Amino acid sequence: MSDHAPRTAGQRIARAVTVTAAALVLVFLMAPILAIMPLSFSSGSYLTYPLPGLSLRWYEDFLGSERWMRSLWNSMVIGVAATVLSMVLGTLAALGLAQWKSRLKPLVLAVVLSPMVVPVVITAVGVYFFFAPLGLTGNFAGLILAHTALATPFVVITVSATLQGFDTNLSRAAASLGAPPLLAFRRVTLPLIAPGMASGALFAFATSFDEVVVVLFMAGPEQRTLPREMFSGIRENISPTITAAAVLLTLFSVLLLATLEWLRRRSERLRGMDGR
Amino acid sequence: MTAIADAGEVPLALRLRRAERMRRMKALALVVPLLLFLLFTFLVPIAGMLWRSVDDWEVAQVLPRTVAALGAWDGRDLPGEDAYAALAADLRQAYAERTVAVAAKRLNYAVNGFRTLLMSTARAIRDVPEPGAARATLAAIDPAWERRETWAAIHGARGPVTDFYLLAALDLRRDADGAVIGAPADQSIYRSVFARTFGIGLGVTALCLLLGFPVAYLLATLPARTSNLLMIFVLLPFWTSLLVRTCAWIVLLQSQGLVNDALRWTGAIDDPLRLIYNRTGVFIAMTHVLLPFMILPLYSVMKAIPPAYMRAAASLGAPPAVAFVRVYLPQTVPGVGAGCLLVFILAIGYYITPALVGGAGDQMISYFIAFYTTETVNWGLASALGAVLLAATLLLAVVYGRLVHGPSTTGGLKT
Repeated sequence: MSDHAPRTAGQRIARAVTVTAAALVLVFLMAPILAIMPLSFSSGSYLTYPLPGLSLRWYEDFLGSERWMRSLWNSMVIGVAATVLSMVLGTLAALGLAQWKSRLKPLVLAVVLSPMVVPVVITAVGVYFFFAPLGLTGNFAGLILAHTALATPFVVITVSATLQGFDTNLSRAAASLGAPPLLAFRRVTLPLIAPGMASGALFAFATSFDEVVVVLFMAGPEQRTLPREMFSGIRENISPTITAAAVLLTLFSVLLLATLEWLRRRSERLRGMDGR
Repeated sequence: MTAIADAGEVPLALRLRRAERMRRMKALALVVPLLLFLLFTFLVPIAGMLWRSVDDWEVAQVLPRTVAALGAWDGRDLPGEDAYAALAADLRQAYAERTVAVAAKRLNYAVNGFRTLLMSTARAIRDVPEPGAARATLAAIDPAWERRETWAAIHGARGPVTDFYLLAALDLRRDADGAVIGAPADQSIYRSVFARTFGIGLGVTALCLLLGFPVAYLLATLPARTSNLLMIFVLLPFWTSLLVRTCAWIVLLQSQGLVNDALRWTGAIDDPLRLIYNRTGVFIAMTHVLLPFMILPLYSVMKAIPPAYMRAAASLGAPPAVAFVRVYLPQTVPGVGAGCLLVFILAIGYYITPALVGGAGDQMISYFIAFYTTETVNWGLASALGAVLLAATLLLAVVYGRLVHGPSTTGGLKT
């Protein structure tokens, strides 16, 4: 890294300014997440520093509240169902797209990835209009379908990324050795794209777990999810219980991030890209 | 010789083509389930929304005879007696079937006060008017029926399709002669909402570029071990729930919050600053949420710039600042373009963050789409506003695709 090592006084100053600016921005990025954490352990009910004392009462409140626990459960149910559906649809599509050569391919790809680009409020309004007469609002099925549509592009992208380095000769070798297509897929292709599928699953779950606009339009009182509960909580008045929920959700994100990083390294190792 | 070779090649070429077609069909069969799924859960719903922005069924359904009678009307003068008689008959029937309100609501969008006019007229027509006296009867109920504009509104809403909502979304309307004119000043809000949406989008994009550039540069030039560690500072907020981050900013920026406390403690201010529930709060929270979308593309482009270029510039005698501006900066342009477009596209569709940390004057177009869908139930206008936002987004997405993947966009996947 000597290429970037400053040589003159001017360069040293420029470097110092860059480092300071970048450090300030990194603090800006982390500050809100760090600042909210101690408040969730406050013994008082105001969200201000200094804390009057430490307690776990807001965590007890969160974990003991039927309303919060039901919303957490709803989020889990919808998230897991949407993840499974988008995994199946997205992985199949990524496998197909990797083998498919056609002038139409860019168009098909644009369609497949479009739920990522279209503003979610437009998707929500469209789905709300379309699903309401079909009886798909105010129940889990409609929410799961809509969340699957929003989450699938992430699976297509992550699985396609692992397929990019995939040597098709491996499946050909399996076939020439007499493996039926399904066996070759299960024993050769699947282990190689598994890390991509796993990170796709995490992206898909996080997409559904954090989604609130579609839920605002489509959920009945029985389907309120965790972000929906937080949305109304923030709108009305922020109780420290929300900060406890926020801290637990942040821990959950840390876990997701760590898993993703582990998967990325594993995938690189498996595909012999360690040296890069 | 050649004849034999030709005879052997044709079936082989055919066989190859057949095998190729088989392969393509198999590949397509894997993509079809997702395409069908998206058709049902995404494409058709959005097409349906777009259709609602031009659909105009209410008046034709509730006042069919009137619409038919106005078919031959030239619009220059009041319509003939037959139109008045048709309206009287339609209103009597609609009143009995309790459907007047449907047409009244639609016509009220076009002319303020039409709801009252239509409802009260429907209530007042008890009996079938004497032949030839329909016009006099209606005029006696309300003199508005003697005005050309009243009839032009019904004629304009005859359906089956209309540009009314799309024009309204751009603060335009049609006058009694069918010419497109600007809406009255007190009803012109959407152009300013779009301007505000794009303004906030541009501001957030500029802030993200300003803040993201040094971070991306530092991450790209530090040793891998350090930059991987610092990358957590970018990725953790990225993975943290939007609601959590929004909530955290409200806690931080409120008048008793940490930021105001710190500023007062240092003596910089005496009274707390208003940092939340206004434009400042929207800019801070949205920049925070979207910053990773700027840093990540910038980082990947900067990471790929060979350090040898800067060394070459230095060895040719360029001072570091000149080398940076003339050699390094131009190579970051693709990353800057991609990051800016991505942030802008995401920003103009924002709804939750401005709704929670903004004031009444900081709401963006998505808020109004949601408002007209769920609160006032003006689905035509909600759809038209959505159509305009969708058009802007897709246009920018196409530019983004060309920028990132070259003219034959493949979405980052190898063909």
